[in-house]
Amino acid sequence: MPPSDTPENTTAPGVGDGVADGPLIVFDQVVKRFGDLTVLDHLDFDVAAGERVTLIGPSGSGKTTILRLLMTLEKVTEGRINIGGEPFSHMPKGSGLAPASESYLRRRRKSIGMVFQQFNLFPNMTVRRNIMEAPVNVLGLSKDEASARAEELLDLVGLGDKIDAHPTQLSGGQQQRVAIARALAMRPEILLLDEVTSALDPELVAGVLDVLREVAETTDITMLCVTHEMGFARDVSHRVMMFDEGRIAEEGHPDQIFGDPQEERTKTFLKSVLENGH
Amino acid sequence: MNNDSTPMIWDFAFTFEVMPSLLQGLLVTIQLTLIGYSIALTLGLLIAVVRRVPYVGPVVHFVMEFIRTTPLIIQLVFVFFLLPASYALPVFGPVPITAFTVGVVVLGIHYAAYTAEVYRSGIEGVAKGQWEAARALSLPTTRTWGAVVLPQAIRKVIPALGNYLISMFKDTPLLFAIGVAELLTRAQRVGSESFRMMEAITLVGLLFLLVSIPSAIVIRRLEKRYAAV
Repeated sequence: MPPSDTPENTTAPGVGDGVADGPLIVFDQVVKRFGDLTVLDHLDFDVAAGERVTLIGPSGSGKTTILRLLMTLEKVTEGRINIGGEPFSHMPKGSGLAPASESYLRRRRKSIGMVFQQFNLFPNMTVRRNIMEAPVNVLGLSKDEASARAEELLDLVGLGDKIDAHPTQLSGGQQQRVAIARALAMRPEILLLDEVTSALDPELVAGVLDVLREVAETTDITMLCVTHEMGFARDVSHRVMMFDEGRIAEEGHPDQIFGDPQEERTKTFLKSVLENGH
Repeated sequence: MNNDSTPMIWDFAFTFEVMPSLLQGLLVTIQLTLIGYSIALTLGLLIAVVRRVPYVGPVVHFVMEFIRTTPLIIQLVFVFFLLPASYALPVFGPVPITAFTVGVVVLGIHYAAYTAEVYRSGIEGVAKGQWEAARALSLPTTRTWGAVVLPQAIRKVIPALGNYLISMFKDTPLLFAIGVAELLTRAQRVGSESFRMMEAITLVGLLFLLVSIPSAIVIRRLEKRYAAV
């Protein structure tokens, strides 16, 4: 099944402007090394606007690194990433390309949001301020606008009554739902989800996944999701990519990957995940 | 002290007589501490942040190491006798450089070398995820520092910073060396004029206690309050 959402409906301005056709995200021969360790090995893939892709694979296979490269928390060692038809890991300089500068990245990554495994809410701020901080200081919204947006998003994640609480007063699941609201407050075009339920107690996982299902159903945000929640991956994603040793071992529609995996590595991996009770 | 003419009996009349002068000295000591501490707190924070800047950081670090490994009294004497008695500013004209000014500034800078280390440990204690979240939200550098990192870092080090306030208060008698009219200087003056050094010096000790003990209690309470969170 191709992505059902159409890129024309994308609301957030920024990376995808003026690109009706062509993929939104392009990885072109991307290599990422940490010292001698090669985490991503000449990786090529595209993601269409509005597409929801799940990245699975054993730990250390490079899934999280892909998200971190897109969030500019890491830099590519070799190769290029383009977003919306324009260079992202690099920037135009003269007639060629140079590694992207901080100010270039700052401008380009505004339309990308990320939710982390450890939530990473700001503990010194209330829930409301956590959500308002970036819309006010990055997008230039007025405090009233940002506050209204925070209220609206907290209702979406079912935490309207916690708006003036501090993160430490919330459960892990609630914190993660606030973190989702915080990322959405920037009206991102691309949302990166990095093992968002891995740090949660089992009984809190469902609430977070329900929120994400709702986001997937009601918006056309492009999502890249690293997860071990195979049921969730099957429900929301248009495509699943199986990673192994920094390369894509297999990719396809979730029904095919989970129902009829072709590669031995995919079969072994899915078997081990099921046995571990995820 | 002259044991023949002054037997070692506490002289209460003398005590009351010198008290106003000593209290004046205590006031100067407190002023020195508060102004010096404000300098140490702000400058130390600035240094802790600048230390993370490439190239500039290591230079600042070296200077701070130097300050921390040489005695405060040497720094005071060196700076005081090195500087001219007044300095001609472009607009304001000549500004006198008093012992008080030198004392408070040197004290502040000396302690900034220590508070900078305290701030640094606080900054390093802020979880990496906080920086990453700030980056993921594209927060400007000023907000990342001002709204996310420093509030968390400073909160953790408030007790450690408080301890330096007491240390600094106890170091102010070193300014005796450059003749600032603080508590010890005054006590020495009244003591040597009257040959009643015992009373004068004992009173200095008591006055220091009078301020340090309540301050220490306040700081212990701060420690408890911020350790609990």
